[in-house]
Amino acid sequence: MTRGRQTDVLWVRGSSDPLRASPRSGEPPLTAVAMSGGLDSSVAALLLQRHGAPVVGLSMLLWDRSQQVRHGRCCGSLDLGDARGVAEQIGLPHYTLRMDGEFRRHVVDPFVDSYVGGRTPSPCISCNTEIKFEAFWERARRLGAGRIATGHYARIRQDEEGRYELHTAVDESKDQSYFLFELTQEQLSRAVFPVGELTKVEVRELAREARLAVAEKGESMEICFVDQGVREFIEDERPELPRVPARVTTTAGEELGEGAPTYRYTVGQRRGLGVAAGRRLYVLDVQPEANRVVVGDRDELLAPGLVGRGLHWIAGEPPRDGAGIQVRIRSRHPGVAATVESGGANGGTGACRVHFREPQAGVAPGQAAVFYRGTQVLGGCWIEGALGAA
Amino acid sequence: MPAVPVYLDHNATTPLDPRVAEAMLPWLGGRHGNPSSVHSFGRAARAAVEQARQQVAELVGGSPPEVAFMASGTEANNAVLMSIFDDGAGGHLVISELEHPSIQRAADRLEKAGVEVTRLCPGADGVVGAAAVAAVLRPDTRLACLMLANNELGTLQPVAEAAEACRERGVALLCDAVQAAGKHAVDVSSLGVDYLVVAAHKFNGPVGAAALWVREGAGFEPLILGGGQERQRRAGTENVAALVGFGACAALASSELDHRIERMGSLRDGLEAGLAGIPDARLHCASSPRLPHTTHVAFPGLVGEELVVRLDLAGFAVSTGAACASGVVEPSRTLLAMGVSPEEAIASIRISLGTSNDEAEIDRFLPALAREVQALRSLSAEPVAAP
Repeated sequence: MTRGRQTDVLWVRGSSDPLRASPRSGEPPLTAVAMSGGLDSSVAALLLQRHGAPVVGLSMLLWDRSQQVRHGRCCGSLDLGDARGVAEQIGLPHYTLRMDGEFRRHVVDPFVDSYVGGRTPSPCISCNTEIKFEAFWERARRLGAGRIATGHYARIRQDEEGRYELHTAVDESKDQSYFLFELTQEQLSRAVFPVGELTKVEVRELAREARLAVAEKGESMEICFVDQGVREFIEDERPELPRVPARVTTTAGEELGEGAPTYRYTVGQRRGLGVAAGRRLYVLDVQPEANRVVVGDRDELLAPGLVGRGLHWIAGEPPRDGAGIQVRIRSRHPGVAATVESGGANGGTGACRVHFREPQAGVAPGQAAVFYRGTQVLGGCWIEGALGAA
Repeated sequence: MPAVPVYLDHNATTPLDPRVAEAMLPWLGGRHGNPSSVHSFGRAARAAVEQARQQVAELVGGSPPEVAFMASGTEANNAVLMSIFDDGAGGHLVISELEHPSIQRAADRLEKAGVEVTRLCPGADGVVGAAAVAAVLRPDTRLACLMLANNELGTLQPVAEAAEACRERGVALLCDAVQAAGKHAVDVSSLGVDYLVVAAHKFNGPVGAAALWVREGAGFEPLILGGGQERQRRAGTENVAALVGFGACAALASSELDHRIERMGSLRDGLEAGLAGIPDARLHCASSPRLPHTTHVAFPGLVGEELVVRLDLAGFAVSTGAACASGVVEPSRTLLAMGVSPEEAIASIRISLGTSNDEAEIDRFLPALAREVQALRSLSAEPVAAP
């Protein structure tokens, strides 16, 4: 890949060009790039710096367990040293913001509560919605920034009417648009995703060319603050939680025995159920209040749709034409054609129903259902349960 | 951003005086030698180190054999506390809450090992009274620590009076004079202390050179063991270049002290007159006895850390207080100990001047500060969009 492409292609379609003038002052605003110390945000910073925009590097101290060795995780404090090193190398002013209180309140505690409540949380979405594009933005704004950039693999476009659109990344295997479905027009208007137009291979190549110390760094882990298993994490966080074995039953009410405590199960789980039945069983429902886990065959896992809440449309209103919508019911779900039925716009609890064209397995409460049309993310909702489930 | 950033954080560290650099240069290239060696190279290095010792001794009003060189003020402070309490006999230690972390954290560790520690809070004036020190001394008190000037506020402490009270009770006194040296007269005789610490980089000397002055006859057991350097008080080959620099900056400080105090004081007065023109700027400890170059000011409702970053981006280096290695800022323990509210403590910045600052820099700084304060205030006034 040539030097020309790096800067030409990145913001060619314009909407998130960090050099676009601020409507108020007529000058390019200061862009704050969120630097985790990982490869992607380091290259994002590099590209912004090369583009000539005024840039400041900011790192968030999200989860401080400095006594533990934590590396290769976006919230580990060791990585903050890498962020500082990259900023120094490419000549950016860099500061660290202590945000562990916000992170615990908006991400970690709800994550634990969700598991304890029998759900399967998606903490990266809350982290984007509440931390990176809200609390971080607020802090960056107070330091004089007019925009924020992150290392997300996703793209921002503007339609003819000036409305912001969120699209999948060029590199589909790295696409993170699912985790950004709650972004608003306002948030998108001030966001820049410099690596969204690049493949991971190109990103790494850029880091190597620039001799960034993080060029060979691996992927960050799925849930950055959980180092052992999720179960151990929950038990560490809530030592007072009674570890009562759950009753494992079939949908017909047949008792299969005692398993593990309910928070150790997630909908769709097949392994480690703790009971033997002579056939392949899947978790269908987790009911902490009844201390029960309902299991069944794979076809019982299939649902014709889902019940959602917190319906959000990125455009600020539902699409005029609801045709051609694909829904992804978890981050690695390939998507299924669906129709979305809602009572109204983004008001109230945003209750909605999503009808799949074909039944889908593993509709897990707590996960997000994200609506796509082609590469565009239209919006999404939080899954309350399967449609037509008992 | 101004082409050259303006440095107003001299309590963190100071630029090397070019005359000091010149004195050091031969020892950074060309000349070499281990001061412990018998041959001519060693003797030359020894002579250089001993000249530095003479210069540092003169700065503090002591005699050269009483001066032991160390690598940092932190090391020297640690060394004194460990020297006295390392025998495991326990006893009582008195420190002020104004002390540098090198004393506070060392006291924390000693406390875990069974030493009883009394921590004295300063008053709202940023001063720990000598009477307060005298009042907590006990028959088993083995050491009291009172710094000469505080690094955050610049307030001077009544060390001579406290030392007198200690002497009457047979208690040793350690005076951390790191922040005072080069900006205020330091004289071990009139202070009457037993241990005194100074460090070169706080007054235009190099980092890596500090001195512990130990009164003749006061006990001292080394913290760093090995060779017999520094009359058995600090093992390790001497950092000749840094010590030569230390000697040079000490000599300059001795001869230029009055001029520096007058010059920095007048700059500081101009700065503080300008600060009075910024709405709601609240000076801390301005009427206390204090160093001539340190201004501590709160802008209630703002976050000092944010102001520091905005000023940095605008080309002005100030700080929120003590430099913190992690870059993460907490409300200052010193201010909290004084009874300042956490909100106001967080809203504070420290501006510390140096010998190389001039009026033009202050004239550029004041409007920039007013602008950034105003910008932050208007951001705070805006309602934050609900998530």
